[in-house]
Amino acid sequence: MIRQFGLPEALAILSGVQATILLSLIAFAGGGIVGLAIALMRTSEKTWLQRCAAFYIDFFQGTPLLMQLFLVFYGLPVLGYKVNPWVAVAIGFTLHASAFLGEIWRGSIQAVPRGQSEAAYALGLSYVSRMRNVVLPQAMRISVAPTVGFMVQLIKGTSLAAIIGFVELSRSAQIIASATYKPLLAYGCAGLVYFVLCFPLSRLSMRLEKRFAVKT
Amino acid sequence: MSDQKSRADLSAQAPIVEIAALQKWFGDFQVLKDISLTVARGERIVICGPSGSGKSTLIRCINSLERYQQGRLVVDGYDLGAGQKNIDAVRAEVGMVFQQFNLFPHLTVIENCMLAPMKVRGTSKKEALELALRFLARVRIGDQAQKYPAQLSGGQQQRVAIARALCMTPKIMLFDEPTSALDPEMVKEVLDTMVGLAEDGMTMLCVTHEMGFARMVADRVIFMDRGEIIESGQPEPFFANPQNPRTQAFLGQLLH
Repeated sequence: MIRQFGLPEALAILSGVQATILLSLIAFAGGGIVGLAIALMRTSEKTWLQRCAAFYIDFFQGTPLLMQLFLVFYGLPVLGYKVNPWVAVAIGFTLHASAFLGEIWRGSIQAVPRGQSEAAYALGLSYVSRMRNVVLPQAMRISVAPTVGFMVQLIKGTSLAAIIGFVELSRSAQIIASATYKPLLAYGCAGLVYFVLCFPLSRLSMRLEKRFAVKT
Repeated sequence: MSDQKSRADLSAQAPIVEIAALQKWFGDFQVLKDISLTVARGERIVICGPSGSGKSTLIRCINSLERYQQGRLVVDGYDLGAGQKNIDAVRAEVGMVFQQFNLFPHLTVIENCMLAPMKVRGTSKKEALELALRFLARVRIGDQAQKYPAQLSGGQQQRVAIARALCMTPKIMLFDEPTSALDPEMVKEVLDTMVGLAEDGMTMLCVTHEMGFARMVADRVIFMDRGEIIESGQPEPFFANPQNPRTQAFLGQLLH
């Protein structure tokens, strides 16, 4: 029996948004923390740290997110670790997002003029203080646009979590589409919700850039 | 303990900078050739020479912005060849002013001046603020304290950079072509600030082409060319009667 597309169906699609938001937040948090560590390793003075970070970035940028999720979800149990789906996506998205954010932030850190670090050295600032008070605040301004751009991609990328059983926005739209035979309507609704999630981020990015431009 | 042991004689007569047989290469190119130089406390030295002569590299070795390969460099009793601890100790005692100012653009003038005392010396915020206001007033820029560097002229920025270095109450000030990036009308305000510092007895090493400044404040003028110290002496005889043909040629170009 074919269901009608009504309010309950629209709400069913909307219910997927919760998982999408949660998955996105996990990816931002995990990717942000590990990504910062990767960026700092990549710009460190120790060659072995640089190499480790470069390999990490190359590996996780060079393989599809879909495959990383598969490997974590089905691979870890083979090694004897039973993982629940939330842990699996948390690991998968963290690896993926940290590689990309790490590379974006490495570029931003290196784009801060060398004289800034030299002035920090000359004043006797420690590594932590040089990074926290001098280099990173300036790198952050440079990285706003590419970081937000990647975050928007990440929100849309959370749809891949469907393959390990998550009913998020795309998956719920798919379910409703097959139940109602109204794919255009169902996916249209989902697309609209994605837009509502991503649009404010892009606007925020523009506002941040404007604010920084006024200050300096 | 260990850095106490590595500190040499610290009596008031001991030189504040001792450079002996310093050699430095960038790849195959030797930038510093067998440099030996002793700086007494309170001495004001001007280093001049053509571009690429190694003069900036030399003063950048003194606070370890550049590493050297051979020789010995001791600043205020700390041997710079003896590990990061000594380097950190020296950097806290040596102020530097750069050609490009290198102020922190995301911090206000006052924050630029307060950062190092708070982070390196552990000075309280209140004390750091007082310190910063005092030195900003001294370089006559106290009324701009809340502005960002980009809102100031080049000369003002360089004076802030001097104040920022002074907030660490350094024992030596290094100046790396401090007026070379300035518009001509702003050179004087920066030089006046530097003359004031010299009159207060600050130990200074200045890389500069401002020969008027050298005549006025220098105890010693050093001429470098191709990585070597060619000639040095008091400003009067140095300018009036340079001995080495290379010095004569350089001064000739400058004055005409």
